[in-house]
Order: sequence, then structure tokens, then C-alpha cells
Amino acid sequence: MTRLGLGALLSHWRHNPWQLATLIAGLALATALWSGVQAINAEARVSYDRAADVVSGRGLAQITRVDGAKIRTEEYVSLRRTGWQVSPILEGEVQRGGRSVLLIGIEPMTLPGGEGTQDDEQSPLELEDTEGADVISAHPDDAAVFEGLDVTVRPDTARVPGRALADIAVAEDVLGRPDEISRLLVAPEQPLGLDPLPPTYRLTQTGDQTDVARLTESFHLNLTAFGLLSFAVGIFIVYGAVGLAFEQRRAVFRTLRALGLPLRRLMALLALELGVFALVAGALGVALGYLIAAALLPDVAATLRGLYGADISGQLRVRPAWWLSGLGMALAGTALAGAAALFKLARLPLLSFNHPRAMSMHADAAARWLALAAGGLFGMGAVIAIAGQGLFAGFGLLACLLIGAAFCLPLTLSAALRLAGRWHHGPLAEWFWADSRQQLPGLSMALMALLLAMAANIGVSTMVSSFRLTFTGYLDQRLSSELYLTTSSPGQAEAVTRYLDDTGATVLPIVWQDLRIGGLPAEIYGIRDHTTYRENWPLLQAVPQVWDRLAAGEGALINEQLSRRLALNPGDTLETGDRVLGVYSDYGNAAGQVVISETAFKARYPQIETLRFGVRTADPDTLAAALRERFDLREDALINQADLKAFSLSVFERTFAVTTALNILTLAVAALALLIGLLTLASLRLPQLAPVWALGLTPRHLAGMELLRAVALAAVTGLLAVPLGLALAWVLLAIVNVEAFGWRLPMFLFPAEYARLGALTLVAAVLAAAWPALRLSRTPPDRLLRVFSNER
Amino acid sequence: MVLKITHLVKRYDPAGDAVLRDVSFEMAAGETLALEGESGSGKSTLLHLVAGLDRVTAGQIEVDGTDITTLSDAALAQMRRVVVGLVFQQFNLIPSLTVQSNIAFQARLAGRHDADWAAHLAQTIGLEAHLSSYPETLSGGQQQRVAIARALAAKPRLLLADEPTGNLDETTADAVLHLMLESAAETETALLMVTHSPRQAARMQRRLTLSHGVVSTRGPSEVAI
Repeated sequence: MTRLGLGALLSHWRHNPWQLATLIAGLALATALWSGVQAINAEARVSYDRAADVVSGRGLAQITRVDGAKIRTEEYVSLRRTGWQVSPILEGEVQRGGRSVLLIGIEPMTLPGGEGTQDDEQSPLELEDTEGADVISAHPDDAAVFEGLDVTVRPDTARVPGRALADIAVAEDVLGRPDEISRLLVAPEQPLGLDPLPPTYRLTQTGDQTDVARLTESFHLNLTAFGLLSFAVGIFIVYGAVGLAFEQRRAVFRTLRALGLPLRRLMALLALELGVFALVAGALGVALGYLIAAALLPDVAATLRGLYGADISGQLRVRPAWWLSGLGMALAGTALAGAAALFKLARLPLLSFNHPRAMSMHADAAARWLALAAGGLFGMGAVIAIAGQGLFAGFGLLACLLIGAAFCLPLTLSAALRLAGRWHHGPLAEWFWADSRQQLPGLSMALMALLLAMAANIGVSTMVSSFRLTFTGYLDQRLSSELYLTTSSPGQAEAVTRYLDDTGATVLPIVWQDLRIGGLPAEIYGIRDHTTYRENWPLLQAVPQVWDRLAAGEGALINEQLSRRLALNPGDTLETGDRVLGVYSDYGNAAGQVVISETAFKARYPQIETLRFGVRTADPDTLAAALRERFDLREDALINQADLKAFSLSVFERTFAVTTALNILTLAVAALALLIGLLTLASLRLPQLAPVWALGLTPRHLAGMELLRAVALAAVTGLLAVPLGLALAWVLLAIVNVEAFGWRLPMFLFPAEYARLGALTLVAAVLAAAWPALRLSRTPPDRLLRVFSNER
Repeated sequence: MVLKITHLVKRYDPAGDAVLRDVSFEMAAGETLALEGESGSGKSTLLHLVAGLDRVTAGQIEVDGTDITTLSDAALAQMRRVVVGLVFQQFNLIPSLTVQSNIAFQARLAGRHDADWAAHLAQTIGLEAHLSSYPETLSGGQQQRVAIARALAAKPRLLLADEPTGNLDETTADAVLHLMLESAAETETALLMVTHSPRQAARMQRRLTLSHGVVSTRGPSEVAI
């Protein structure tokens, strides 16, 4: 009985292969986008962990000098002698051919528990080869940086790109910094009765998470949110396909039950059928997700490098965790989408008949319930907006807004179609609008998916375009020096500045020191009092006479990120002891920044040499050529403003390349949903269309009306997506971005972009409707006649 | 003549047997004719061909003086709107439109909508209280009456009915047929009705029997109206 029942159920899919393809494609796409994002996140997290092992030590405390100076070897030895179980780390950049690698020197003998040298997936580090030569372990892409040095480079794909490891003695040689230690790692186990740390040192407890992981958390949450949105859009397709298959098989269900198949067995068979589809589609989806992740990973890596300085491996590995997560999501999504069908089956009376209009009326009731649920979601969103805090609250608000709006769609569309029906007179128009309302239940899921995808597109494009506009203006303000110069030594710096003074150019030193504020990495800059800053810096808030007071050393300017993160405003005091005089916008940088006067900086960090300068000149090309000729500068030592802006903008563009790509994929999925919905409906339409044909309309005329209907529904959905998209943009700009990146941007409107997206959606709707319409226009009369009689 | 069929042949499969073979007959304005025959004899096919819903293999069909076998699809659609009224066994009302809209639908398509006539028809079929209802809320007999009113609303020259009482009980079937005959007489509409029921056929002026695609019997009805 079970086998026969299953055979009867499966025969539906054999006769409707397109519907099966729809179901599998929808679920596979949903899983693919979700698991693709998870693959990227998983890869990034593994990279952070590896980086954390060598950079800061996972969960290990660190010792640095309070004055920011390097620790000398004798200081390290002295601390060891007093019982401190510490291990030295020396870090420095090695540059060649425009590529920069952070070389990290470690002392394997004293490294706490070997933590820094290997993790569960990374190959063990051997810092000497079999012949005793010095070894640098680096990612294969970084090996070229060390060419020509008297060391053996051991390429290792498991290494994080941009970071290489070596024994500290080798690092000292390569970096040319003997007797220097950047910081000391503190072993978790320390002897009892240890002498307190001398006041010249600072002990920093690193949390369980690394700095990079904490800084990038919001970025990954953003990606996850987009993955979920794409998944939701895909699940709408699955819901639509499962629901329609249920409606089409009502008669089969009734017959099977009438023939003696128990309801529970029938439900179990249906669940089994869906489970098998979910596993097949899930496996396909995870495989497709791998390809998507592999395609997007380089952009993500570039984004994380540009925005956070985080290096992640560009190589994707198959990890069981996201395979299982992908399959789990496919099963969960199918269960969600199939639950309604199973519920209906459980309540299906043995004797019930399909009445299209009755189905439409049930759908009206369902639409009213959905609208009520939407009201609840909007209410919840309002509560979150007022009382919620943090990134999760931001995403919670977004979810309430988007799902609520999607739930409102069937009722709104129904009302819009009823209104349109009142405006248009004539039998065809009347039938067209009434019939369109009747088609809504079959199409509403696809239209919801379209609404979400379009709103996401409008929202994200508004955010990105607003950001681009603001960022371009910001770069014009911030990068006001015509040339940016990096000298190789204090001697060269002195010679160059003297020459520049002689030529009449204005020299603006760029000097900074890394520090930690609020437990996170930050930078403190010293700037010279000059009209360049006074006229150009984008101050968001400031005390009166801010520049005069800054020059007088009365306080500091801080960037917006730091201001928001630590809730600091002008008048407050930083943990460095500086009074906040103003807050400036600082886009494209996740870390906190403090600006004090050059004089105050030099007094606080006398050991920091000034090696970088901004140069104001009326003729940058001539001056750049003269500087190169006179001072034998490296190619990358002198950068003009235009190049720097172009570089910054390229970082910006890559930052949003991933979200844009996910957006386009989501829209494509929604268009597919519409195509699938229309194709499936087309098979059910003949009984409704044949009488109209018999009463005097040609199939071509009817096909044209079907096309028009798809365009009209997509157009109304598109119009509704505009306010929703703008609300989404507002939440992204005013809440999510502030939480994620620490800055708030002004919102601009881009009507031309929305019009282009609208046109694209209409084209997608026409394309989606074209095939079913073409099939209808070519329907032979005998197929239409079968509606009226089975007899010839 | 409202309808003139000459040497009509219809084959679905070019290599197979003809469904209709050399069928010829005529109908005058206001005339009623019953088309009888066993299942598969070609009755519905003949009706569909006359309605311009399907194409002939050979022969000629003149409806209201026009040879419809040479018409384009668009012209056939126009002919169906204006000249012909159709009543099906399954009623085939438009579920998304109210009773009133269903009745007026074809007449409005044909540009011949007459509100008074539509109201008279609604009164005649006894459904003036259900004009704003949707078809599914009506019984089978009520739905068929709506279908008849729809077919007659455009005052067609030829009313084609394919077993219009096939799904109805005897009493309802009699009432529906009475309505059809009365309305057709009132508008001088010729009625060609496919039926399996000798009792129903007997109420028509003429009867034709189709057997294996050939008209085998012709003659006046035993019972005149």
C-alpha cells in the first residue's frame, strides 16, 4: 500500500517535470546562497584564528611599553629573570614589488604552549630546514617578497596570506631591527609571588576573541543577513511550488484516502517525498554555494583587507560544518514551506471539490490573516526601533519591516486590483482585473519574493550610492595634500623637508602611534596647525574655536567610530586623558582615531620619528619629478592625490562588490520564482481561459492579456517596493551601518536608479511571462475544447 | 438560412478515420434542431465546428450567410462574439465574475449590450436576486440558466447548446430547456442542441441523428412546440 501510494504521489512529478525542476531549483538556489555566505564566513573565521595565533596569541595577555617604544632584549631578559613567563614577538612589514607582508618573528622555545605556531589544521612550523638554514614560512603568494634574502622560504598554503613566520633572530636580520621586540606574549601559567610589572610596561588582557574577529563581526553579520534574505526569497519559491503541487494533487489525495490509505500514512509519504527532495536539492545547493563562495571570496578578502586590515586565505576549503549547515537549512526550509501543505492535508475533507473562486476566497481570508500578522510585525519593529540597541536590534527591525511588508502584499495587491477594476470599464477589463485577483493566491509567493528582492536592491543601492557620494566628497576634503611622501630615514626626512621648504611647498607631517582605546586597536595622530585642516576637515561636532584649542594642546579630535563606540562627545575626556574637542567623519576605516596637535604628540611620543608627509604645492607633477631625481625615492614613496583617491575608491567599490553580487543573485532568484509561478499556473489556467476563448477571444489575445497581467502585477509590486526599499535604506544607513561600521551617512535619493531597476523588473516579468504566454498562444483548439467536453 | 452545412468532413488524424463524413444540412431562422447520436458519434465535434472553435477538414459551413471555413482566427472570434451563442454541459461560467457580469459578458464583448434585455433575461431565468452572487454559490440548474442568459444576451442568430441539460435532474432539465426554447422563439434565434435525451429531442422542431460521423436520420420532430 505504501509503495502504491508513493508511486501515485510521485507520478505527479513525472507528469510535471517543470514543477519538480522548480522545487529543486528554488531550494538549491536558496541553499546555495546561504551556504556560499557561510563558506565565506567560515573561511574568514579560520583565517582570523590563525592570524590570532601568531599575532596576538589566542586568549593570551600581552606586554607593551607604556610609551609605545619597542622593548629592548635586555628588558625582556630582565622580565624573564624576575619570573615572568613571557615570549618575545617582533613584527615588521617587508615590501617588494608593491606587495607587503607582515613578518612575525617568534621564539619557539619560550612561546606559550606552542600556541602561536600551529593550530589544528595548520602544518607544524619548522623554523630550520634539514641543513640548519634559516626558514621563513609564508603563503605561496607571499614567497616572492623574500626572494634575494639569505633565507629559505617554505611555502605553505595553510598560512594566512600577508603574514609570514620566522624565528625572531631571522626576523631581526630581515627587518634590520636587531635588539628590538614589538611585544611580549604572557603565558597563562605564571609562578606564584611574581613581582608586579614595572610601571613602564602595560599588561593587556586579550579577550577570547581577537581584535580582527571583533572588528569584522559586523561585516560577517551583514553577509549572514544577506544570506538569510536570499534564503528567504528561495524558500518563497519552494513554498509556492509545494503549495501548487498540493492543490493539483487534491483529487489524488482524496482518491488515495477513499481507496483506504490512512491519513497518517499519506502525510508520512508526503513528508518523505519532501525530505528526499530537500536532501537532493540541499546537496546541489551546497555544491553550488561552494562555487558562489569561490567566486566571491577574492572580493571579500579584498574588502576585509581594505576595511579592517584583516587577511584571510583566498583558498576555499570544503568544511563539514557548512556542508551540514547547508543540508540542515535545506531540510528546515522545506519543512517550513511544506508545513502548510501538510496541515491542509490533515484537514482536507474526503469529499471536497475545487472551486477556483472558493480558493480565491480562502486566499482572501488568508491574506487578511497575513495582514494582521504584518501589523504585529510592524508593531514589534516599532518597539525594537525605540527600545532596541546593537546590530541584532537593527537586523531585527529589518526582518520585521521586510517580512511584515511581504505579508501585507497579497491584501494590498488585491485592493489595488479591485481599485483598478473600478476604474476600467468594459467586459474585458472587468474580466482581466477580476481574473487577476483570482490568480493572486498562486502568484503571491513569487510576488513576495520579488518585493523582497526589489526592496533589498533599492535599499542597498541607495545605501551604496549615498555612501559613494558622501565618500567621494569626503575624500576630496580629507586628501587635500597634492602629494604624499614616505621617507626611508630621519636623515632623508630632514633633507627632503628642508628642500621642500626652499621650494615654497607646504609640508604637513603625518605622524602616528598605535594604541588601544576601549580595549580595541586605535591610532593617535599628531597634526600641524594649518589652513589645510582648518578649511577641509569634515567635522561633525566641535567646540567653539576648535582648531585654535587643538593647536594650543587643549584636547583632541576623535573620529565618528570612536565617538559612537565609546559614547564620547565634545567636552568628554578620553582614556588617554585628552579632552574631546570635536568629532570628524572617517569613512572607510573601522578603527578608532585620535588627533592631537603635532607639539602635543612629540611631547608624548618623542621616540616616534616623522617619516611621512603631506605636501601642498601648486605644481605636483614638477615637484614630484624633482623629488624623485634629487632624493632617489622608491616608486611607492611618493604618491599623488589622484592615485590615492583612486585607490581609496577601489577599496570602497570592492567593499560593496559582495553585497551587490548577492543582491543581483537575489533578484535573479525572484525572477525565477515569478517564471516558475507563471509556468505552474499556466497548466491550471485552461479551464478558466477556454470559456473566454469560446466567447470570442483568440488565444493570441488571451496570451497578450496574460503577459499584461504579469507586467501589471510586477509593476504594482515594484511600486510598493520603492517605499519599502527606502525604509530599508534608512534602517541600513541610520542603524545597521552605525552599529556595524561606526559611522552614519546622509541618505540621498536616486530616482534614475530606481527607474532603471523598475524597468529591469518589468523586463524580467515580461521574460518570465513570455514563455507561458507563447505556449498559450500556440495552444491547439482541441486542448481548449477538452475543457468543454471529453467527447468528440 | 442561418446555418448551411455542405459536405462537411472532419478528421483529427490525417491517416485515421473521419469523425464527420459528408455531413450536410440547413437551419432556418428561429428553427430548433436536436442533434442526437451515441457517444463518439461526432455531435460535439460538429457543434464545435459550427461555433468556429475548430477547423474543418473539408466541406463548407455558412453561418448567417458567411462561409466560416475560410475565416481567420480573429474573424472566427468576432463571429463567435456577434453571431453565435454557446451553452456548454459544464456551464463554463467565468468564476471571477458575478452573475450579472457573466450574463452581460458576451453582449458587451460584441458591443450589443442592452441593459433592459439583460434585465429581462435575468428575470426570465429567475435569478434577479442573485445578480451580485458568484457562480459557485449557485446550483447546477441556476448556473446553466445563467449560461443560457449569457448566450442569449447578445441576441445571437444561432444558439449552440452542447448537452445543456446533461448534468441536471429531469425537472430542472425541463425548465432549462423550456427557457431556452422560449427565449430563442422570442428572438427568432435558431437553436442547434446536442442531446442524448430522446425526451428533450422530441421537443425540438427537427431531429438529426449522427452515427459514425454520418447523418443517418432526418425528419420533423414528433412533438412540435
